[in-house]
Amino acid sequence: MFLINCPYCGERDQSEFSCGGEAHIVRPKQPTELSDDQWAEYLFMRKNIKGVQLERWNHAHGCRKWFNMVRDTSNDKIHAVYKMGEKPPVE
Amino acid sequence: MKNKYSIFSLIKNAFSQHENWKQAWGDPEPKKEYEAIIIGGGGHGLATAYYLAKKHNMRNIAVLEKSWIGGGNTGRNTTIIRSNYLWDASAGLYDHALKIWENLSQELNYNIMFSQRGVMNLAHNLQDVRDLKRRTHANRLNGIDAVWLNTDQVKEFCPIINTSPDIRYPVLGGTLQRRAGTARHDAVAWGYARGANEMGVDIIQNCEVKGIKRIGDQVEGVETSKGFIKTKKIGVVAAGHSSVIANMAGLKLPLESKPLQALVSEPVKPIIDTVVMSNAVHAYVSQSDKGELVIGAGTDAYVSYTQRGSHDVVEGTLKAILELYPIFSRMKMLRQWGGIVDICPDASPIISKTNIKGLYFNCGWGTGGFKATPGSGDLFAHTIANDEPHKLNAAFNLNRFVSGDLVDEHGAAAVAH
Repeated sequence: MFLINCPYCGERDQSEFSCGGEAHIVRPKQPTELSDDQWAEYLFMRKNIKGVQLERWNHAHGCRKWFNMVRDTSNDKIHAVYKMGEKPPVE
Repeated sequence: MKNKYSIFSLIKNAFSQHENWKQAWGDPEPKKEYEAIIIGGGGHGLATAYYLAKKHNMRNIAVLEKSWIGGGNTGRNTTIIRSNYLWDASAGLYDHALKIWENLSQELNYNIMFSQRGVMNLAHNLQDVRDLKRRTHANRLNGIDAVWLNTDQVKEFCPIINTSPDIRYPVLGGTLQRRAGTARHDAVAWGYARGANEMGVDIIQNCEVKGIKRIGDQVEGVETSKGFIKTKKIGVVAAGHSSVIANMAGLKLPLESKPLQALVSEPVKPIIDTVVMSNAVHAYVSQSDKGELVIGAGTDAYVSYTQRGSHDVVEGTLKAILELYPIFSRMKMLRQWGGIVDICPDASPIISKTNIKGLYFNCGWGTGGFKATPGSGDLFAHTIANDEPHKLNAAFNLNRFVSGDLVDEHGAAAVAH
């Protein structure tokens, strides 16, 4: 449980948000040409990092906008929040 | 067994104030090389080592545990055992485990306090009723005991449940598996550790795996906090940390690790003599032999390795508990904790070979692994020893995420997991 600084609404309780999982997984451009292995990779395989992870969040009980977050999953500390379409901050 | 436990050994040791009991398992330094190494000294890992030694005669093996044995999810779960799963593959897997549970205390010569007090699953809406009735039929076709109870029968079986039609999610009935129940979780880890150690298995605690060495497609050993150990076979049973180990070997798994919480109340006199689970309102409760109510809450909906969990999850569970059991309204909760569970997209486990030779994974048990401990160990040992899955775990291979042949137990597994 933690506070999230929504880029549109400011700091709110985490229970207002829902997590959309690992960020920057690119939707296949040519779905018909994908092999089963590539589909499995896209749909199911996850880095599931213990440490700093890039992930998508949605302010479900607020502005309902999506954004990205840099969070350390080993201690739930949030390092940065950035908007959709922006590159992750380099640190 | 060298040190067989019995009523006589108990009496004998009583005369020396119980000060002369022998150590149940040793504390060795790792050898340079083993035939196989199990990473993870929880119930599943220790059971795997036990069955490797017992059934497959692999005695030169070690279990590596980064802290103390049974200190992860084995010591953090709500100890519920049942096998009333919907799909055939799951029914086969979990009932295999349940059959081993039924004789495990005798087999291990260690009292695991297995108690077949029954598990009841409640239905709160019409869809629940249809799903649970369907599951009852599926269970019986698979030879698993299951009965449907109407609201009055639910009340009769567990009188403290509020079956008033006026509550927000009224009880419309439920299913009961009488062979299901609970066991003492620490004793399971300790019993397997003692049994495995007796057959020559090295149990090495405070030994963290830092890397996996491979040459080409074959594993060669593990880098640990106690140095390099050579081996040709590695069985990974690291629960929430499976992805961390997989990353060391350059593998990706279809897992997400999330904190799952549980809590216990102050101890009270016996009030609930079964296990009651409710999927729709997500509340399940039983009572330990010490008298504490053992309550399972949900997972946080994001990846985290913090072993804590959020307060709102506990709050949601307790709200549901209080509506179903108004008698608990003034009880105080004593302790709360979290364990990191590795969840598969289809909510079924992985007991499988990988495309790296000698590297095996037993993971993805998500929120319901404890009940499978003996079966999981037995089948994983078979998979490691023969380099082929047993027919009971063939469906639980890693390749199902490529082939699409999933064992989708989401919602079908009698409780949300």
